[in-house]
Amino acid sequence: MDASLNIVIVDDSPVRAAILEEGLREAGYVNVVRIEGTAKLLARIYALDPDVILIDLENPSRDVLEQMFQVSRIVKRPVAMFVDQADSASIQASVDAGVSAYIVDGLKKERIKSILDLCISRFNAFDRLQTELEQTKSALEERKVIDRAKGILMKAKNLSEEQAYALLRKTAMNENRKIAEVAQSVVTAAELFK
Amino acid sequence: MTETRLRIGFIPLCDAAALLVAVDKGFADAEGLDIELIREVSWSNVRDKLNIGLFDAAHLLAPVAIASSLGLGHVKVPIVAPFGLGVNGNAITVSPQLHAEIIEAADSNVLDPLVTARALARIVAERKRGGAEPLTFGMTFPFSTHNYQLRFWMAAGGIDPDEDVRLVVLPPPYMVESLTSRQVDAFCVGAPWNSVAVDLGVGSILHFSCEILAHAAEKVLAVRARWAEENPDVLARLVRAHQRAADFIEDVSNRAEVTAILAAPNRIGVDAEVISRTLEGRLKVAPDGSVRTDDRYLLVGRSGAARPDPVQAAWLYAQMVRWGQTPLSKELLAAAKAVFRPDLFDAIVQSGEAITTTPPDGIGAFAGPAFDAEDITSHLNSWAIKHR
Repeated sequence: MDASLNIVIVDDSPVRAAILEEGLREAGYVNVVRIEGTAKLLARIYALDPDVILIDLENPSRDVLEQMFQVSRIVKRPVAMFVDQADSASIQASVDAGVSAYIVDGLKKERIKSILDLCISRFNAFDRLQTELEQTKSALEERKVIDRAKGILMKAKNLSEEQAYALLRKTAMNENRKIAEVAQSVVTAAELFK
Repeated sequence: MTETRLRIGFIPLCDAAALLVAVDKGFADAEGLDIELIREVSWSNVRDKLNIGLFDAAHLLAPVAIASSLGLGHVKVPIVAPFGLGVNGNAITVSPQLHAEIIEAADSNVLDPLVTARALARIVAERKRGGAEPLTFGMTFPFSTHNYQLRFWMAAGGIDPDEDVRLVVLPPPYMVESLTSRQVDAFCVGAPWNSVAVDLGVGSILHFSCEILAHAAEKVLAVRARWAEENPDVLARLVRAHQRAADFIEDVSNRAEVTAILAAPNRIGVDAEVISRTLEGRLKVAPDGSVRTDDRYLLVGRSGAARPDPVQAAWLYAQMVRWGQTPLSKELLAAAKAVFRPDLFDAIVQSGEAITTTPPDGIGAFAGPAFDAEDITSHLNSWAIKHR
């Protein structure tokens, strides 16, 4: 572990970048910088002179970073891919997680193995968080639709709230559908009859 | 027949046409292939996901297939190309200001790439004398036809692409925006991005890439060499579906249906009319509405475009050597040529149709001697500007 390494995070998701930065700081890395946007990306990266660059795979600017492998006037320090030829498991894990790492040539890969492992676990954690958020959101949406359907049924058929819900549930069971789907049909039908 | 499931990656560009039509028109399904298309945001992603097996096949830059097979810039994974997705199709677009300067500096017809390259050299020299920032050119990837076409063109006019100008990688969707904000003065990219810049009035198309090289392999259907060996039957079905799609695309009576398929938001996702211009080779080249036509602008299956030609691989390898991306050796040349597999294509597609419209040396460059795939050294020696 080498706390003095300069680490740059290129990620257009501010939340994920923050999660990653926090993880790196907790692990003791003090020189961590996040950058966003595409304008003069390479120039900004060179100005920071990083030892390690982390980029998310949904970022089209990844191709811009590939230029750092080239020997040309604009490239001051050549860069190498973190993973070596034999280490296909590492590539697989990082691509699966959606992150890629580049390091300056000559840096021993053992020195940053922990950084990549940390990236992978943080990216995976972010992914789980996103999924949970999506699920919560859709559960909330479903509840709203069910409430509206209940209201429609109560008014149209003069039912209590419990009776309206029981009717939705019974119909769903009979038709082998989800309650939210039946509720959506009720809402749609009501819109049509307006 | 049980359906074989395949995952195939692509970048939203017009030369993914054969792949997209093969899937969306049902040619793949007719071959018993259930293909999931995955739209990607970078060539690095396409390459990596193909290399590690997340993709079974991919729409890939021809030079990336070679670089991957030679282990240049990244992990070495042998790739084979049994089918050519597109020949040509790029263009060089310049800012209105640079366009005016080139016309001003040109001593004759600006449709001639040698005239424009020399004009550009004069502009570059003038800027140097005046202490101005060097001109910046955008291209799509270090191992791209765009990079080599830009370099080939300007070097013929006397410009050293690594010393006299800046060449920067930009993802295609950012090209137009970068030209507008003047981060770049020009770019070389595939369709539809040149037309988008012209339509927005922020650039003029200076050259079609087919004016620089009459016949240049652009994208290939790429698979891992090992996968091709292990799945010969699936490969044959995949190539057949692509050939049927290419034939369908080149039949002008299908144009409306083809452009509708390609324009879909989850495919290329641009206006059908812009795609139509590309397939017709009839492009608006300047904001004033002037039009240039060239039936070689983008070849999908026509003129032998679908049959992988090792001469093309040799030319691309020669550019990698010329610009210092790899050393020159017989072994590497042979390995590069072996990526393009006309033998696989011939065994699967019985076309029987003689191909007569390719240039005599297979490339048809606007400058320099005829290309000889057996003699890369002579090709390299004929250029004053190189970085070996």
